[in-house]
Amino acid sequence: MAVALILLLVAIGSVLFHIYSPWWWTPIATNWAYIDHTINITFWITGFVFVAVIAFMAYCVFRFHHKEGRRADYNPENKRLEWWLSVGTGVGVAAMLAPGLVVWHQFVTVPADATEVEVMGQQWQWSFRLPGKDGRLGTSDVRNIAPDNPMGLNRDDAHAQDDVVIENGDLHLQVGKPVKVLLRSVDVLHDFYVPEFRAKMDMVPGMVTYFWITPIRTGTFDVLCAELCGAAHYQMRAKVIVDEEREYHAWLEQQKTFAELSPARAVVKATYQSGGK
Amino acid sequence: MVDIPYEGIEGIPPAEVPDVELYHPRSWWTRYVFSQDAKVIAVQYSLTATAIGLVALVLSWLMRLQLGFPGTFSFIDANQYLQFITMHGMIMVIYLLTALFLGGFGNYLIPLMVGARDMVFPYVNMLSYWVYLLAVLVLASTFFVPGGPTGAGWTLYPPQAILSGTPGQDWGIVLMMSSLILFIIGFTMGGLNYVVTVLQARTRGMTLMRLPLTVWGIFTATVMALLAFPALFVASVMLLLDRLLGTSFFMPSLVEMGQLSKYGGGSPLLFQHLFWFFGHPEVYIVALPAFGIVSDLISTHARKNIFGYRMMVWAIVAIGALSFIVWAHHMYVSGMFPQFGYFFATTTLIIAIPTAIKVYNWVLTLWRGDIHLRVPMLFALGFIITFVNGGLTGLFLGNVVVDVPLSDTMFVVAHFHMVMGVAPIMVVLGAIYHWYPKVTGRMLNDTLGKFHFWVTFLGAYLIFFPMHYLGLLGVPRRYFELGDTSFIPSSAYSLNAFISVVALTVGFSQIVFLFNLAWSLFKGEASGGNPWRATTLEWQTPETPPGHGNWGKELPVVYRWAYDYSVPGAAEDFIPQNQPPRATQLVQGAAS
Ligand code: HEM
Ligand SMILES: [Cu+2]
Ligand SMILES: [Cu+2]
Repeated sequence: MAVALILLLVAIGSVLFHIYSPWWWTPIATNWAYIDHTINITFWITGFVFVAVIAFMAYCVFRFHHKEGRRADYNPENKRLEWWLSVGTGVGVAAMLAPGLVVWHQFVTVPADATEVEVMGQQWQWSFRLPGKDGRLGTSDVRNIAPDNPMGLNRDDAHAQDDVVIENGDLHLQVGKPVKVLLRSVDVLHDFYVPEFRAKMDMVPGMVTYFWITPIRTGTFDVLCAELCGAAHYQMRAKVIVDEEREYHAWLEQQKTFAELSPARAVVKATYQSGGK
Repeated sequence: MVDIPYEGIEGIPPAEVPDVELYHPRSWWTRYVFSQDAKVIAVQYSLTATAIGLVALVLSWLMRLQLGFPGTFSFIDANQYLQFITMHGMIMVIYLLTALFLGGFGNYLIPLMVGARDMVFPYVNMLSYWVYLLAVLVLASTFFVPGGPTGAGWTLYPPQAILSGTPGQDWGIVLMMSSLILFIIGFTMGGLNYVVTVLQARTRGMTLMRLPLTVWGIFTATVMALLAFPALFVASVMLLLDRLLGTSFFMPSLVEMGQLSKYGGGSPLLFQHLFWFFGHPEVYIVALPAFGIVSDLISTHARKNIFGYRMMVWAIVAIGALSFIVWAHHMYVSGMFPQFGYFFATTTLIIAIPTAIKVYNWVLTLWRGDIHLRVPMLFALGFIITFVNGGLTGLFLGNVVVDVPLSDTMFVVAHFHMVMGVAPIMVVLGAIYHWYPKVTGRMLNDTLGKFHFWVTFLGAYLIFFPMHYLGLLGVPRRYFELGDTSFIPSSAYSLNAFISVVALTVGFSQIVFLFNLAWSLFKGEASGGNPWRATTLEWQTPETPPGHGNWGKELPVVYRWAYDYSVPGAAEDFIPQNQPPRATQLVQGAAS
């Protein structure tokens, strides 16, 4: 029966495509292999159900398609069968949900030794900030944004002075060190997305969001914006470079702090205090 | 099965309807244009929805041209691409599918299937259509206003939607919100009608548990829509106020094009909650009528009662109720309070259980059936495959942590097209082949129908199945161009080109269908009143197409559920719902 065969081929073809197609996730670069495992579990369970349902359907079409003299059964319901199918489905769902929730717990529980970095999105570029010597990021506010203070850092906050500010550059991370990525936007929604990291999170003006990762291998990775943010959304790019400790520190040495980048600071502050702003 | 009365209840007198209750058209205008007859309104809704739906289809070709062959078509720029996806998505979801299922199928089938003469409030029903038409025209007008339609994405997220970095910020977004507001007003008028008609105007003997599943699906979807659309309504009004009057419901202090804007204090996430409180139920507003209709297609063409009718009804109601507490699964990576993830992942995956039951019962209905592989049945089979596929990938996206890498990639695009694009469209097409004979009195051409099915089903599958793997790879959605990346291999671009070619083919093949619709209207084989030998009331009307008032002098009386196919001992393999029981023809206790 041609129809039954085609239906079956759709199922088999899908499985073969899954196995042999060259398109698969990127080699992972962080600790979130757990997420990949959860996806794999989900593929197994859903793949099984998919093939089973379609094979059953194809069989029915093959076996029970209309022929002269065939008459259908009269079979309104079967409580036991329906009950068993529901329970079976419940078990399958639980088998996906349980690992998912466990991994989600890890995902939202930032380890105490994670260092912070900040990523700021704006139409249509990325800026980055590292805490500097004091290990703390200073406060910020969109109202502070000025040509010499593009990230809107708070000039009165001592913690901000030594923050490392990276405008139009790439972000470097150190391999093996957990890092909490703080996300902030000054205009519209953006989303800091590095496919190899598996993690992503929207950046919302007026809020600070975050995720955490531990990079597990060195390399250079593309940063994309994954939340529609206007005309040049597709061009909002940067790179993250995961370094060994030595290279990382060598790179860090060359970066400028907020205080160094804003020499006009004293003047601006003076006008501000005299009510000039 | 409880509800099959084998004991004689012969001789219930039919309900009498005094003539004054009916509205009568007095001129050509009130018969065909400003008509209050639900059947005419249904056709008006369907034609309008199809017309605007074709616009959305053409937009999808333009998008596919750009994605498949980036840089080749200089007449598509980045702004336009965003405008295309926005208009395409919004039209498909709201102005095509919602309007077609509820306004089109709902209007046509509800009164006929429950044995009523018309909707309960015919005048409001008529207004509903005209307000809908106005909404469509306002929406379509955005193609011609300065700046063009909005390019904010169909989700219309602020702050972006109303700021100058997004195309259509002047007129497009304002007209879009206005059109949505109109749509909701129009829908509410129609929706109240459908609900009241189902509850109040069922004919004698038509208990709730004897309703065909089509009515259950449309009824539940309408109730949901009445509860969900208000969230979109207020969100639209608030966004309009933000845009026009400078309020800040959704707008925190922010920088617009380098300048500190006048806004401050609002919450972008509030909009997302309102939007998805509507938006998730909306998925089921489209899906439930499809579930209902496909159940009836399968049962009729497999000559077998739907398996587990009561379970099917409860599953529809359960899905409807649960779908109001899962909305934030669209917001796992929105920056909302992360602990919400546990709750919404759990509720979302629980919905899989009643949904799976429905799938099992469809395929179990085929078991030991007498399956006639006519075009409506083929589309029903196509629906099951695409719906199962899309439903299963929903388990990825619903499982909060799995959603993190996949959200906002082509995986999501593939998933929702499969589950709420292709699957419901399969049902719409199957339903058209199924009910066209009732609406016009003529059959659609079978050969063209089969060709249409295979191209559409296989083509749509080829478009959207491989797309999941692009998303898995990390290809983001709503991208005009992928540009240079280190992780997207060149084979992915070939796949994109392939998908585009198939999409164009599938798109153009719809011409065959449109031709079939037009040609069969005049040349199609005469169908008679009940060509599929179906049990439900709409097939038992005295005239085909049904006349004004649907039934002759007397309303039908219902004696049985909607699925008495192949009843053992009965002479025919179907017993219409309004056929009185004649004990001689039936073997006692046949229902096991
Ligand atoms: C063969 C038919 C169709 C094709 C080829 C198609 C193609 C597309 C494409 C290329 C996109 C943009 C992807 C991106 O860049 O993010 C898109 C978006 C979308 N489509 Fe379709 N589509 C089709 C049918 C449908 C149907 C029937 C629906 C109904 C539910 C639908 C709903 C949507 C929605 C909601 C979006 C998202 C818009 C947004 O991102 O704001 N599409 N479609
Ligand atoms: Cu962005
Ligand atoms: Cu949803």
